[in-house]
Amino acid sequence: MKRNQILTIGSIVLLFLFIGYANGHLNAYYIRILNNTAIFLMFAASYNLINGVTGQFSLEPNGFAAIGAYTAAILTLTPAQKEAMFIITPMVPWLQHIHMSFFPALIVAGIVTAMVGFILGFPVFRVRGDYLAIVTLGFGLTIRVVSNNTMSITNGPLGLKGIANYTNLWWSWGFAIAAMIVIMRLINSEFGRAMKAIRDDEDAAIAMGINTFKIKMIAFVTSAFFEGIAGGLLAHLITTISPTLFTFFLTFNLLIIIVIGGLGSMTGTAIATVLVVWGSEWLRIVEQPMHIFSLTIPGIPGMRMVIFSILLIIIMIFAREGIMGQKEFSWDSLFKLFKTKKVANK
Amino acid sequence: MNLTIVLQQLFNGLALGSLYGLIAIGYTMVYGVIRLINFAHGDIMMVGTYVAILSGSALFLPWWAAFIFTILATALVGVLIDKVAYKPLRNASRISSLITAIGVSFFLENLFLVIFGGVPKAFPVPAVFSGVLHEGGVILPVISIFVPLVALVFLAILMYILRNTKYGIAMRALSLDMETTRLMGANVDAIISFVFAIGSALAAAGGIFWALKYPSINPLMGIMPGLKAFAAAVLGGIGSVPGAALGGFIIGIIEVLAVAIFPPLAGYKDAFAFLLLIFVLLFKPTGIMGEDLERGRF
Repeated sequence: MKRNQILTIGSIVLLFLFIGYANGHLNAYYIRILNNTAIFLMFAASYNLINGVTGQFSLEPNGFAAIGAYTAAILTLTPAQKEAMFIITPMVPWLQHIHMSFFPALIVAGIVTAMVGFILGFPVFRVRGDYLAIVTLGFGLTIRVVSNNTMSITNGPLGLKGIANYTNLWWSWGFAIAAMIVIMRLINSEFGRAMKAIRDDEDAAIAMGINTFKIKMIAFVTSAFFEGIAGGLLAHLITTISPTLFTFFLTFNLLIIIVIGGLGSMTGTAIATVLVVWGSEWLRIVEQPMHIFSLTIPGIPGMRMVIFSILLIIIMIFAREGIMGQKEFSWDSLFKLFKTKKVANK
Repeated sequence: MNLTIVLQQLFNGLALGSLYGLIAIGYTMVYGVIRLINFAHGDIMMVGTYVAILSGSALFLPWWAAFIFTILATALVGVLIDKVAYKPLRNASRISSLITAIGVSFFLENLFLVIFGGVPKAFPVPAVFSGVLHEGGVILPVISIFVPLVALVFLAILMYILRNTKYGIAMRALSLDMETTRLMGANVDAIISFVFAIGSALAAAGGIFWALKYPSINPLMGIMPGLKAFAAAVLGGIGSVPGAALGGFIIGIIEVLAVAIFPPLAGYKDAFAFLLLIFVLLFKPTGIMGEDLERGRF
């Protein structure tokens, strides 16, 4: 047990050493992708908590991301910036004058999103299965409609711009790792076991005396909290947000990540996040013109999403478990792997 | 607000609602037989509109032949989607099929974005459908009269098929119990294909009339009508065909009337269907005319 903890802490330290190196030595493009990786890891891990671990298939992360991003952005923008930006309808006064630094703004973003998740949980957890998917999809859509129309809070379709570029590798990876640790500990706790029980057989879980509503709510609110913070980080990475940023497209990307990684496996999610984020950068070659000898193949813009959707269908038909299934990576299994290999060598 | 305006908006709502209804029937039938929310259904409607444009501009068909061709071709697309993407997952968990359906939906949207680009295309409206009637102060585009009529005709044909033909009876049997239907010697796969064909054909018809009413089409146009039609199907009681049509009418009329009565709400109109959906699921999950398809499980 102790060995495993040391190894885990060691690898986290290694990760941060790498980030320290990356911060100083890699160019802006790679740093941007590393930031994206961390933010998507945070989104995907929280999304997998509710979808994979608790088995409540929902489609709301774009809504939560929007709430988090808008909350954090409104809090860190200075009153002068807000006054200059809200040209059509002036901002609500109490929001106009509020101003915070980055860290508290992110935490408030998480809390606000978690509260929205809590309120949303009451109606949505009265339905199960595919109805839940549609209701949460509707929520994501409603958030977009609302952010498009509440001109005095979100500046409507004009969006918010000039958000300070606070998100750097330390913030993004710091929060991503913290979120992973909290979520992993939650999964291995009494609550986590109850979540898995609900996933495997909800009626049996009820029969065993599990308060399924409460457990679902814990998973949902935790997931909302981290998705809100991730949304805030995203806003301070790309510095301009508008309602069109938070379409179902975002949710679809996260869905691909958790399906590839395995619904219910956090380490699978981590592997899949890296694969998908870096893979989609690598796939840019299909969208750019290619020169093979004297032949020029024109790039096809938008082809990446076609490839990703085909990939999703193929995975669902042929490899429904994804990379890790419902299992988690553990040091023990790694050592076991080496041991059996040694035996095989002899 | 006087009576003519109310009447006018009622007609607009009726036209919009019958479009939702046409699309909702596809949702409700597919859900009825294989318990799958066919996420790609709205996109099948979009495919229909593009087929219609192409059959006019590339195959040089007259508009009525183009419409018939579109309906048949889109039905085939629906059947193909089922065979390729949904059939291998028939015995998997329902969430797996749902994720696949989301994949299919994104595939269709992005494929058409790649092929046709994101710029909206103008939909050629035949002269028959482009007139406007003035009747006692009520201004009615001809298309708004055609749409509910066409929807009712399709509904009547479908109800006849469901009640009186062998295939229709088999479909209804299938929605009650797939295994028993199989034991009775019905070709379950053929029936499911037929359901997809009917659903997609109606989606194509809905798509054509949608495009005639709002003659600008783009690869993402199917998302909103698709989602609202699903809300309509649930409102009417999922699994019930007349329920889907009724739900479509209700959602269409509410959407139009609410905006007409409270103009500041115009921006929020896309959210109405979902608020309604949430309320229906909370207080009467079986919808207006539905039976409890989940009774065994809940």
